[in-house]
Amino acid sequence: MATQMAKDPQKTAVTTELQVISGNALDIPMYQLLKEDGTVHKGVKLPEIGKELALKMFSTMQFIRILDERMIAAQRQGRISFYLSSLGEEAAAIGSAAALKFEDMIMGQYREQGALAFRGFTIDQFMNQLFSNELDLGKGRQMPVHYGCADLNFMTISSPLGTQIPQATGYAYGQKQSGDKTCTLCYFGEGAASEGDFHAGLNMAAVFKVPVIFFCRNNGYAISTPANEQFAGDGIAPRAVGYGMKAIRVDGNDIFAVYQAVQEARRLAVEENEPVLIEAMSYRMAGHSTSDDPSGYRSKEEEEARRKREPMIRFRNWLVKQGWISEEEADAQMQQHKEEVLAALKRAETVAAPHVDEIIVDVYDEPTQALKDQLEALKAHIRQYPDAYPATSGGVK
Amino acid sequence: MAKMNLLQAINSALDVAMAKNDKVSVFGEDVGHFGGVFRATSGLQQKYGRSRCFNTPLVEQGIIGFANGLAAQGSFPVAEIQFGDYIFPAFDQIVNETAKFRYRSGNEFNVGGLTIRTPYGGGIHGGHYHSQSPEAYFAHTPGLKIVVPRNPYQAKGLLLSAIFDPNPVLFLEPKRLYRAAVGEVPEEEYTLPIGKAEVVQEGTDITVVGWGAQVEVIERAAELAKKDGVSVEIIDLRSILPWDVDTVAQSVMKTGRMVVSQEAPHTMAFGSEVAATIQEKCFLYLESPVMRASGLDTPYPLAHEKEYFSDHLKTYEMIKRSLNY
Repeated sequence: MATQMAKDPQKTAVTTELQVISGNALDIPMYQLLKEDGTVHKGVKLPEIGKELALKMFSTMQFIRILDERMIAAQRQGRISFYLSSLGEEAAAIGSAAALKFEDMIMGQYREQGALAFRGFTIDQFMNQLFSNELDLGKGRQMPVHYGCADLNFMTISSPLGTQIPQATGYAYGQKQSGDKTCTLCYFGEGAASEGDFHAGLNMAAVFKVPVIFFCRNNGYAISTPANEQFAGDGIAPRAVGYGMKAIRVDGNDIFAVYQAVQEARRLAVEENEPVLIEAMSYRMAGHSTSDDPSGYRSKEEEEARRKREPMIRFRNWLVKQGWISEEEADAQMQQHKEEVLAALKRAETVAAPHVDEIIVDVYDEPTQALKDQLEALKAHIRQYPDAYPATSGGVK
Repeated sequence: MAKMNLLQAINSALDVAMAKNDKVSVFGEDVGHFGGVFRATSGLQQKYGRSRCFNTPLVEQGIIGFANGLAAQGSFPVAEIQFGDYIFPAFDQIVNETAKFRYRSGNEFNVGGLTIRTPYGGGIHGGHYHSQSPEAYFAHTPGLKIVVPRNPYQAKGLLLSAIFDPNPVLFLEPKRLYRAAVGEVPEEEYTLPIGKAEVVQEGTDITVVGWGAQVEVIERAAELAKKDGVSVEIIDLRSILPWDVDTVAQSVMKTGRMVVSQEAPHTMAFGSEVAATIQEKCFLYLESPVMRASGLDTPYPLAHEKEYFSDHLKTYEMIKRSLNY
């Protein structure tokens, strides 16, 4: 493994001038190809994305927007316990996932449903997880939106913030050792970048030179805390320099710029074992989750101003101008997503809860004797009070 | 067979595991060329290369986070935390990530290949931060296995089991015995069962339970009791999680009395769990309450190490108290 030091501290140059480096010495601009109106910056060459891929990206965006809208409503109606929208950040997730190879591992934070949908997670798989039913790959054990799928190389999400960051470094270390020319892309928010695990994971990745892409969605808010109360200085991207790591700042609402940035980061990661930190600038148009109301911490004016920069209209305008989709086709497609989401929701809602026997499965590879004893005691108790445990008592005879 | 101290036995286990499977890697602070501050990984980088035995930056949460990811990828990482006292920055990674990886994903992913090695315990004049016995914090966490060997032979066999066990294992090494304990150890591969206690000495009057370095303390206490004509049955739990309730319960049903002897502070130490379970299982067989010889409920004091410690005399007195109840 190449762990040679980037710089020999004994060879530091000497100066007799006292230099105080500004905390804002790096003022990194944001890479952008598509303007907010969907026209291309002058003299810019867009990444070579064919019509088929472009339309898949757009359709995935539409699907996520419908899914988010519909499931927030479902939560309000009491049909699911919790939901977390990615409204306004779809381009960051989908553009980045599209630039990866399928074999690359994705480790999410929890707001990257677009990446998972792009990989091929079906609408029923989404719904089964959201309804914690017996068809959920996660066996109904985690809150809604904690998706995961081994077949799609998408690591199961956990709630603690930033824990996946050093894990991504470790996963990528294994990928490098196996020599299979794959990488790991790890998502997190600008709030999670304050966690110690961010420092741990980035520093280790830089030292070990592993094929990992750290993708920070800077969406301006950590629940109610605005970015300017999260950190001083020029955001997240400049931190990479301190670790001796490459960095890119990109407009997270420009799907072409995101795609291009991740494509280049992937090349650096896989071909040159250079980890890369990408900071995608975006805006969380929704609340943090169904558990908060943004009107308590930001103004309508701010939201309106940011809505103009949202990613889907920009991409749609470009596609229409390109002649790859018409306004009518785009609307019809949206309508179709709506119908499919509704139908899937209804299907998932009627699927039973996981059987109570599943409660002790997967704690270990095999249940311990103590767990088996506890399950038997639980089932005896449920038999005694079946009305108190309606989700499972039917399955306990 | 060869004479090895406990460190050499650990080193031998790592060597065997790395030779057997090239997905086994060993890393932590100073673990690489130097071979670890206790020299447990001595010679492994030279033998297996820098990609499989290496130094990490000084960041415990990173070491375990990294190890979780590497294990999820299908490797067998053996991560060293230099002292058990410094494992707490990694508490979140261990408790919220390692332990729940398989369960939370519905077995889509697991970190079963992970082993975390760390030295624990006092008796080396290490003060607050080189002496603690943190096993009880982790024993409260479903999904982990916790193993504590008492001598070189146990250390090698249990560590080889831990590395290839399909579940993550926290392997606590009694650092007081690293060089002090010497014994015959096979040079080749062998394994000892995780989750199975061992009756170290058979007896009829009272059962004394411990684990790790404390087993030696119990043996000395049993010698004192023997002079009083008391026959002590000594059980080494070997695994804290899962622990072998049946072996302990069967012994107590025979002897009718039990003492747990442990290094950790008294309140909520793992002995509390053993005591509670045994009174549930063996209530009508018990001649006296289950008793605990433990460390004091203080931070681990340097000048008063001897006074703090649940030594053989305190354990012996607890045996007498149980018999005279």
